[in-house]
Amino acid sequence: MSDHPDLTKLIFGRLSWDAIPFHEPILLATFAAVLVGGLVLLGLITKYRLWGYLWHEWFTSIDHKKIGIMYMVLGLVMLLRGFADAIMMRLQQAISFGDNLGYLPPHHYDQVFTAHGVIMIFFVAMPIVTGLMNYIVPLQIGARDVAFPFLNNFSFWMTTSGAVLVMASLFVGEFARTGWLAYPPLSGILASPDVGVDYYIWSLQIAGVGTLLSGVNLLVTIIKMRAPGMKLMQMPVFTWTALCTNVLIIAAFPVLTAVLALLSMDRYLGTHMFTNELGGNAMMYVNLIWIWGHPEVYILILPMFGVFSEVVSTFAGKRLFGYTSMVYATIVITVLSYLVWLHHFFTMGSGASVNSFFGITTMIISIPTGAKIFNWLFTMYRGRIRFELPMMWVVAFMVTFVIGGMTGVLLAVPPADFSLHNSLFLIAHFHNVIIGGVLFGAFAAINFWFPKAFGFRLDPFWGKCSFWLWVVGFYFAFMPLYVLGLMGVTRRISHFEDPSLQIWFQIAAFGAVLIALGIGAMLIQFVVSFLRREQLRDVTGDPWGGRTLEWSTSSPPPAYNFAFTPVVHDGDAWWQMKRLGWQRPLAGFIDIHMPKNTGAGIILAGISTVLGFAMIWQMWLLAALAFVSLLAVAIGHTFNYNREYYIQAADVARVEAARTEQLASHV
Amino acid sequence: MSAHTDVHAAHDGHDHHHDPHDEHHDDGIGHVSLKGYMIGFVLAVLLTAVPFALVMSGGLKDSGTTALVILGFAAVQIVVHMVYFLHMNAKSEGGWNMLALIFTAVLVLITLSGSIWVMYHLNHNMMPALMDPRNLP
Amino acid sequence: MSDAKSYDTYNTAAAPLRFHQETEHHPENGTLLGFWLYLMSDCLIFACLFAVYGVLGRSYAGGPTGAEIFELPLVALNTSLLLLSSITYGFAMLEMQRNRVNGTLVWLAVTGLLGAGFIGIELYEFGNLIAEGNGPQRSAFLSSFFTLVGTHGLHVSCGIIWLITLMVQVKRKGLIGPNKRRLWCLSMFWHFLDVVWIGVFSFVYLMGVLP
Repeated sequence: MSDHPDLTKLIFGRLSWDAIPFHEPILLATFAAVLVGGLVLLGLITKYRLWGYLWHEWFTSIDHKKIGIMYMVLGLVMLLRGFADAIMMRLQQAISFGDNLGYLPPHHYDQVFTAHGVIMIFFVAMPIVTGLMNYIVPLQIGARDVAFPFLNNFSFWMTTSGAVLVMASLFVGEFARTGWLAYPPLSGILASPDVGVDYYIWSLQIAGVGTLLSGVNLLVTIIKMRAPGMKLMQMPVFTWTALCTNVLIIAAFPVLTAVLALLSMDRYLGTHMFTNELGGNAMMYVNLIWIWGHPEVYILILPMFGVFSEVVSTFAGKRLFGYTSMVYATIVITVLSYLVWLHHFFTMGSGASVNSFFGITTMIISIPTGAKIFNWLFTMYRGRIRFELPMMWVVAFMVTFVIGGMTGVLLAVPPADFSLHNSLFLIAHFHNVIIGGVLFGAFAAINFWFPKAFGFRLDPFWGKCSFWLWVVGFYFAFMPLYVLGLMGVTRRISHFEDPSLQIWFQIAAFGAVLIALGIGAMLIQFVVSFLRREQLRDVTGDPWGGRTLEWSTSSPPPAYNFAFTPVVHDGDAWWQMKRLGWQRPLAGFIDIHMPKNTGAGIILAGISTVLGFAMIWQMWLLAALAFVSLLAVAIGHTFNYNREYYIQAADVARVEAARTEQLASHV
Repeated sequence: MSAHTDVHAAHDGHDHHHDPHDEHHDDGIGHVSLKGYMIGFVLAVLLTAVPFALVMSGGLKDSGTTALVILGFAAVQIVVHMVYFLHMNAKSEGGWNMLALIFTAVLVLITLSGSIWVMYHLNHNMMPALMDPRNLP
Repeated sequence: MSDAKSYDTYNTAAAPLRFHQETEHHPENGTLLGFWLYLMSDCLIFACLFAVYGVLGRSYAGGPTGAEIFELPLVALNTSLLLLSSITYGFAMLEMQRNRVNGTLVWLAVTGLLGAGFIGIELYEFGNLIAEGNGPQRSAFLSSFFTLVGTHGLHVSCGIIWLITLMVQVKRKGLIGPNKRRLWCLSMFWHFLDVVWIGVFSFVYLMGVLP
C-alpha cells in the first residue's frame, strides 16, 4: 500500500485533476467550444468517409505540394489561435484602468502574451514560410519533388506536433508566463516550478527538429535538383531568398536547440548555467538565444522579399529591376544577420564599445534592405501595373515596412534604445515589420499562388474587403503604441493607473477589431471562392501572365509536376518559353520515377508528441517507453529500402491528354 | 555555376550505359586510399601527443603561451582531420561542401568570440567585484 | 530593354532552343551533401556549448577547478581510443571500396568496440566526479563541463547505435548503393565527432589544467 503513491507518480508524474482548469470560466468555455467544434469536424469526416482519403492522400503523402498546403493550413489555423490571444490582450488593456482590473487575472494574462508570441512566430509565420517554400521552390526550379521527400513529411508532422503541445497547454496545465523567449531566471525552476516553461521547451524542441530538417531538405533541393541549364544566377528570386532562408535555418536553429537544451538541464537536472547561484549567468542565455533570434526574423522576412519580387515583376509586366543587386542584397543580409544580435539587449550593460559595434552593424543591415525597396519601385516604374490583390498587398507592404524599418533604425541607436527598450515603441516597431512584412507577404503569396495550388482564383471582392480591413486595422492598432511607447509605457503590463493613457489603448483595441473583421473577411473569401470555383477557374495554368516555371504546368499541377523536365535558358524561364512560342509536347511520354508515400513520418511525430507530453509532466515510465519506441520505429524505417515507384507513361499520357482537352475548351 | 551545368551534361551521358561501377560516382562518394588515411593518422597522433606531452610535463613558463600553442596544434589537427579523414576539398559536391564549411567556421568564430567578448564586457561593467582576480576563489 | 535584346539574340541563334528534355532527368543524389549540412548545424550546437564553457568555465563557485579534477592520463587514453577508432573506420571504408562485406564488418566492429571503450572510460570519469561530490550541480564550471563533454559522449553513443544498425543492414543486403552511402555518412559523422573531440581535449582538458 505504501508503494501506491510512488506508482501513481511514476505513471502520471505531476499530472492530476488539478491540472485541468475547471476554475477558469474563459478557458472552460473555450474548451467546450473546441470540443464541440472538434467533434463536429471529426463527425463530418467520419460521415463522409474521409479518413481513408485523408490518410492516404494527405497525412502520409510525400508530395511537396500537399505538404506545402498542409503547412499553410497549419499556419492559418494557428493564426486564429494567436490572434485570439492578441485581441484578448487588446481588450484587457483597453478596459483595465484604475479600479477596473479587467477580465484577465495577471497569471492568465502572462500566459496569453507568451503564447501569442510563441504561436505567431513558431506556429504561424514559420509554417507559412516553410509551406510556401515547399510548394513553390520545386516548381520554380523544375523539379519533381524535394531532395528528401520522406523527411519533408516528417518535418511537417514534427512542426504540427509542437503546435499540438502548445494547444494542449491551454487545457491541461498551463503555458509559460515568461514572455516568448523565456529568459531565466524567471524561466528557471525556482521562479517557474510548474509545467508552463516545460511546455514551451518541448514544443519548440520538437518543432525545431522539423524546421531544421526541412531547412536541410530545401537547401539540398535547390542546390542539386535545379532543371538542366538553370544556373544560380538564373534562379527565380523567390528561390534565391528561399536558399538564403534555409542557410539561415540550418545555421541558426541549432543555437536555439542548444540554448533550450541548456535551460532544460537547469530545470530538470539542477545544473547552474543560467541560475543566480554557484556561478551561473542568466545573461548568457539572453546572449545565446538572440544569436538565434536575430537570424530568425530574417528567416521570416527573406522569403517574403522573394514573394514581393515575383509579384511586382509579374503585375508590372516587366523583368525585375536589378536582379543581381537583389541577389547580393539577400546574401549580404544573410551574413550580416549574424552580427547584430546584441541590439536586442543594449541595456544589458556591455558598455560603449560593444554597443557601438552592434549599433553600427544594425544600421548597416538596413542598406541592402533599402536597396531592395528601390529595386521594387524601379520595377514598377513605367510598368503597366495591374492592381490585382497580390499587387495591392505589395504596395501596402512597401509603405508599412518602410515605416517599420525606419523606427528600427531609430531603435538601433543605443542611447535612444536605453529609453525605448522594452517599451510599446518596440512592440509597435516589430509588429510593423512582421505584420507589414511577413503577414502582408503571406497574404500576397496566398492570393498569388492559390490558383496554382487549387485551380481557381480567390474571390477579389472579399479579398479587397479583407485587405482594407487589415491595412486600416493595422494602423489603428499599432500607431497608438508608438505614442504610448514614447510616453514610456512598457510592454507586458495588464493594468494601468494613469487614465490619460486609456484613449490610446482604446484606439488600438478598435484597430484589433478591424483586423478581426479582416480575418473574418479572409475566411469568407475562402468559402466564397470555393463556392464560385467554376467562375474563378484557371484552366490555362498561368492566370496572371507569370514569368517563372511554376506557371508552365497545369493548375493544380499533376503529381509529377512536369511531364518533361524543363530546360532553362533564362532567368524568367516561362516568360522566354512563351515569347519563343514553346509548344507543349503532346506525345512521347515516359515513365516517371517518384517517391512512395509512407506513414513513418506521422507515426514518429505522434510518438514524439507523447514523449514531449511525458517529459513535461515527468511521467518517466511513459517517457522511457516513448523514447524506446521512437528509436525502434526510426531504426525500423531505415530497413525499408523500397521507397520509390514509377508513374507509367500511359498514366502520364492520360493526365496530359485531359489537360490538352481543358486547354482546348478554354480557347 | 558552370560546374553545375557540366555535371548535368556529364550526367546525361551516363544515363544510357548504367553500370554498377558508375553508381558510387553518381552518389558523390569519393575515392579513399590507405595512404591518405595513414598520413592523416600519423599527423593526428603527432599533433595530439605534442600538446599532451607539453601540458603533462608541466608546460611552458607562461600559461598564456602554452594555451596559444595548444590552440595552434588543435587548429592544425582539425585541418588534418578535415583533409585526410573527412576528405574535404574544394571540388566535392561542386564546392558546396567547402562553402558550407567556411560559412560554418565563420559562424562558429562569431558565436564563440562574440559571446566571450560580450560577456566579458558585461561582467566587467556590471559585476566588477567578480572580475578582480583577488576575489576569484 | 535588356529583356528584348537577349530574346533577339536567342532568336537569331542557329538552332532553336530546346525547352524540355525528352528523356527522364535524374538529379544527383543529395544525401551526402544533406548530411554534411546537418553536420554543420551540429557543429553550431557544439559551438554554443563551447561558448557557454568559455564564459562559465572559470566560475568555480568555491568548488574544484579543472586542474584539481581532470586526470590527463585518462583523457590521453580516451583520446587515443577515439583516434584509433578513426583509423579503423578508415580501414572499413577501404574494405567497402573493395566490395568486401566481411572485411568491412570486422573493421566496423573494431570501430564500435573502440567507441564503446571511449564511452566506458567517460562514464567512469563522470561516475568518479559525481561520487566525489563534483557533479554537474556543484558549480557553473562543472555544469558546462558535463554538458559539453556529455553531449559529445551522447553523439558517440548514437554513432554506435547507428553503426550496429548499419552492420545488420550490410550483413543482410550487402554493399549495395544505399548502404555504401550510409556507411559514407556514418564515416563523416564519426570523423566529425573526432574533430569536436580535438576541441574538447584542447580547450577543456589541456587548457583547463594550466595554472
